[in-house]
Parts: sequence; structure tokens; C-alpha cells
Amino acid sequence: MADPIDHQMESAAALPVDSDVDALAPRHRPLHLKVRYVALVALGGAVGALARYALTTVLPAPQGWPLPTLLVNLAGAFALGALLEGLSRRGPDAGRLRVARLLAGTGFMGAFTTYSTLALDAVHLFGDDRIGAAFLYLAASLFGGAAATILGIWAAAGHHRAVSRRSPVTAPGHGTGTSIGMKS
Amino acid sequence: MIIALLAAAGGLGAALRFIVDGLVRARVRAALPVGTMLINITGSLLLGFLAGLVLAHQVPSALQTILGTGLLGGYTTFSTASFESVRLVQSGRIGLALLNGVGTMIMCVLAAAAGLGLALLV
Repeated sequence: MADPIDHQMESAAALPVDSDVDALAPRHRPLHLKVRYVALVALGGAVGALARYALTTVLPAPQGWPLPTLLVNLAGAFALGALLEGLSRRGPDAGRLRVARLLAGTGFMGAFTTYSTLALDAVHLFGDDRIGAAFLYLAASLFGGAAATILGIWAAAGHHRAVSRRSPVTAPGHGTGTSIGMKS
Repeated sequence: MIIALLAAAGGLGAALRFIVDGLVRARVRAALPVGTMLINITGSLLLGFLAGLVLAHQVPSALQTILGTGLLGGYTTFSTASFESVRLVQSGRIGLALLNGVGTMIMCVLAAAAGLGLALLV
């Protein structure tokens, strides 16, 4: 997400017709200052944090090694890579695609995965003199996370190629895999 | 009740991350994703501090679930940090990718340790 899409002007198609607030606001107002986009991120974030909590209480931590956090982070890295690649191939960041990015990507995947727990887990391992276990955990997170992200990007790119071979005239923003019940 | 508060705190944390990242990005035009780095380092510092308070000062562990797992877990993010590192690799900035990946990791572990140590001192 290291690109300036957050500062793009809203395309005319993405502007709501029924919102006085947005009609009066400057059109170049950045996304992170728009209440409805912040609300989307918060909604996705609440569900993401809940999902992480549920999974980390269910998954086993062998000999106190923080496997649950690692698995959650790797799964989230894969999913975010797939999501962002899939969205960028479907069309520009607007309308339904932007809703999906903020709700599922920035919100859910952002909150589902965690860096603070990863750091604290490592501190606990170092504190218990389990230096090898700590470095293994950090290396598995760092390189595993990069590998999972790349795999996610590849998976989405491959899926997109397969879909466009079958139906070459797919309109951008058609939303084959990102339909989340919001009007664009 | 704790579960509902955890979810609300997670949502709040994610919203904070979105806003902080946006504000940083609007002010700092750099290839390095400094917004996410700042978020993860400050979140790790605060989680270490919170864990220290629970360990040494009888702060209820429910608070660690709500503020730690919820708020700070939602605030900090691993998936975006990984994605941004991969993006840097894809654009040929290997040095910056390593700096982002390894640098964030070292800084976050140090920050969590510093937070923990600080809480044990106070």
C-alpha cells in the first residue's frame, strides 16, 4: 500500500449522491479523514481482532513457542497479498473495490495480523534465555511473511489470468470475487 | 463483555492506524513506509509497557486482552508491513526492503523490551 492512492481525488462515479457532508467537503479530502472510510476500517478491524483472538486461543503453542501468532500473521500476509493484487487487477481504487480494500485489507487483515504481539513474544523468549527459539520465531515471521505475501500475489495473479481467459470482456469493478453487498 | 470490548478496541486500533498512516504519508514523501514503521514501533512499545504493568503492578489481565490484544493488536499490523517490503523488492529497492523488514523487526523488539523494562521500573 505504499502508493499515493489515498490522496487521489474521488472519481465522480464513486461520489455518493445522497451525502450532504461529502458534497460540501473539498473533493480532494484524503481518505483517512473521511468518516465513512474510517468507519469501514474500524468495522473490518473489529472483526479482524476478534478472529485473531479466537484463533490464538484455539491454536496450540508447543512449549510456549508462539505458533498461533506466527500462523495468524502468515495467513494474513498471504490473504492481503492476494486481496491487493486481485483488487488492483480488477480496476482503479474506487467504488466497491475501494470499499473492499479498506474493509477487508486495511481493516480486517490489518487488525487480524499483529506486530506488537510478535515483538512481545520475542522479548519473552529472549527473557527466558531461549535465544534460538526467539531467532527462529523472528526469522520465520520475517521471511515466512514475505514468502506468504508473494504467494498470495501469485495466486491472485494466476486466478485473474485464468478468469480473463475464460471471459475476456470483464468490466473493471465488476466485482467477481469482492462482492460484499455494498452499492458502489 | 470482554469479547465485545476487545472487538471495539480492535476497531478503534485499526481506525487509528488508518488515520496515523494517512497523516504521516501526507507529510513524509519517502519510498520507505515510515507510517507503518512508526505505528508498529509505537504499538510494540505500548504493548511491552502494558505487559509490564500486568506483570508487576497487579493491573488486571482483562486489560491486557482489551488494550493489548484488541487495541494494540488492531493498531499494529504484520500483513501490511510484509506487503510493503515485497513492494520494495518488486520495485528493485532491495536495500530499502531489507531496511524495512529487518529494521522494523529489530526496532519493534527493542521497543517492546524498553516498554516492558519501563513498566517494571515505575
